[in-house]
Amino acid sequence: MEALVASAVGIMTAAGIFLILRRRTFPVILGLSLITYAVNVFLFATGRLALDAPAVLNKYEEVPYTDPLPQALVLTAIVISFGMTAVIVMISLSAYLSSKDDHIDMKAHDSVDAQGEDA
Amino acid sequence: MNHWIVAPIVLPAILAPFIIMVLRYHLDLQRIFSVAGVVGLLGIALTITAQAAGGDIQVYELGDWPAPFGIVMVLDRLSAMMVLLTAILALPIVLYAIASGWDDRGKHFHALFHFQLMGVCGAFLTGDAFNLFVFFEVLLIASYGLMTHGGGSVRLKAGVQYVAYNLIGSTLFLFALGTLYAVTGTLNMADMAVRVAELPADDTALLRVGAVLLLLVFCIKAAVLPLHFWLPASYANAPLPVAALFAIMTKVGAYSILRMYTLSFGPEVEVTQGLVGAWLQPAALVTLAVGAIGILGSQHIARMVAFCAIASMGTLLIAISLFTETATAAALYYIYHSTLATALLFLVADLVMERRGGKISPTPPMPQSGLISALFFVGAIALAGMPPLSGFIGKLLVLDAARDAPDVFVVWAVILIGSFVTIVGLARAGTLIFWKSHAAEYNPAPEDEDEETPALPAPEPNPGLAFTAIFGAVLGLVMLTLFAGPALNYAGKTAEQLFTPEDYISAVLGGEE
Repeated sequence: MEALVASAVGIMTAAGIFLILRRRTFPVILGLSLITYAVNVFLFATGRLALDAPAVLNKYEEVPYTDPLPQALVLTAIVISFGMTAVIVMISLSAYLSSKDDHIDMKAHDSVDAQGEDA
Repeated sequence: MNHWIVAPIVLPAILAPFIIMVLRYHLDLQRIFSVAGVVGLLGIALTITAQAAGGDIQVYELGDWPAPFGIVMVLDRLSAMMVLLTAILALPIVLYAIASGWDDRGKHFHALFHFQLMGVCGAFLTGDAFNLFVFFEVLLIASYGLMTHGGGSVRLKAGVQYVAYNLIGSTLFLFALGTLYAVTGTLNMADMAVRVAELPADDTALLRVGAVLLLLVFCIKAAVLPLHFWLPASYANAPLPVAALFAIMTKVGAYSILRMYTLSFGPEVEVTQGLVGAWLQPAALVTLAVGAIGILGSQHIARMVAFCAIASMGTLLIAISLFTETATAAALYYIYHSTLATALLFLVADLVMERRGGKISPTPPMPQSGLISALFFVGAIALAGMPPLSGFIGKLLVLDAARDAPDVFVVWAVILIGSFVTIVGLARAGTLIFWKSHAAEYNPAPEDEDEETPALPAPEPNPGLAFTAIFGAVLGLVMLTLFAGPALNYAGKTAEQLFTPEDYISAVLGGEE
């Protein structure tokens, strides 16, 4: 199971990095989502992997339990990365709609001077 | 427990939603509440700074959970002075944003402004590494809104880059925290320090990976080379009052480096010894060099000031990377100076851009050219580190602190030549923008009737307040110069406190009150 989880994290990260290096916004956002999935799984594994174990202590009998803290961390991380992805989708949509161009890089003619007029 | 500690976070956290939900259609009320909120924050910051000046470290346990299990806010001298700096910086900026009408060019400026302040203050006060991540996200998500405030296709494109870069940074932060948690089993900074010191020496590969990953994240925030690429485009395309506020954001990175690598991975911790300084110092030297060259090469005033921010981060991180008490004291003084000076230049750059566009090339004279050029001159002197203002003292302190370092001549050479190139670059910009505009060929032929009247009105709705705000920032720099003695004294005591992490650890873990 360790090998499976580790390779899943690795492959997702690799695919995410590949996509981040693309030229258009859409694959970049996909890549960012993949990397955040990878980091969520990674965080989940930081409390060690355990099968069939609840995340709470049982005070009546000795049963195995799993570390609850990473689960709380993952929850926070999921919410934040979800929100951030929504933000970047909105910003890149409006960037695309206002410039009719979804390249992630800025062209030479996109000089900072242009903002004086549209501000 | 002392409830003042959490007040710098609670005040903006209540005010910002209040502004969004209740005052969203009333710009005047938003402005009043926003300024009142910043003044209140300044009052709180002064109070907690006075409380921390005595030297006790105070702990605020959220939900009254004892230390390593719950999240703690910790108030020590460093946190207090950084919160105070945030409040001091925020006041002229919010006044300028109101006076220049920037807050009217998009929605929710003031709410986002206060969310940003909340994130920054939280990052300075927290004593928990994961909570630091959360506050980073709070300040980042507010900064995304502020950065694209006012819209426009270029700004939105720059915003996409900025958000993407920071999302990658946040992901790295999570990887780093996950690694550290897997090794140490804790995320409380003080508890982590204890656990790191107890680790067996042969089982530290993963810990070192985590420590370096964390350094990488803070370097992205602090715009250290080669991770600085987000900064020039983002700052130059953001509304410039917002860019002035962002001057504190790079300092959040510097603060985090200072905090984590004196407390959890301190200089005397064996497993990470020398690791951070060895990587950070060359990077900081190159940062300063590239910043200075960028100042010289910029064709646009906003870009030039963005490179000023990078160069000053270089100087600051050189001081931090020495990890000695004197160097840290110098760094703390320089943090104050460089934040105020960068913000001042961004505000002056906004005045210039509103009047004649930002290109560094001669154009016909603009209204209030004399006053603005004087302000630019003051800001340039401060940033380049010329004598009358605090930049000189700051740079001198950094140079002096580097005297005992092994590669002192490299450090001195880079700082001195970097300062020289900065002076040349700023002088070039000032000459082209302010002096050449008066050259004969650019003067329009004088027309008889309006020869006497002042040519053009100022573009700000309220130029008086705008200039007052900028003079407020100048006043901050002058005060920092005049009261350099007390400020240094405080910085020295702060550094002393930072390099005795035992006090911090026992204050946090020492049990309930």
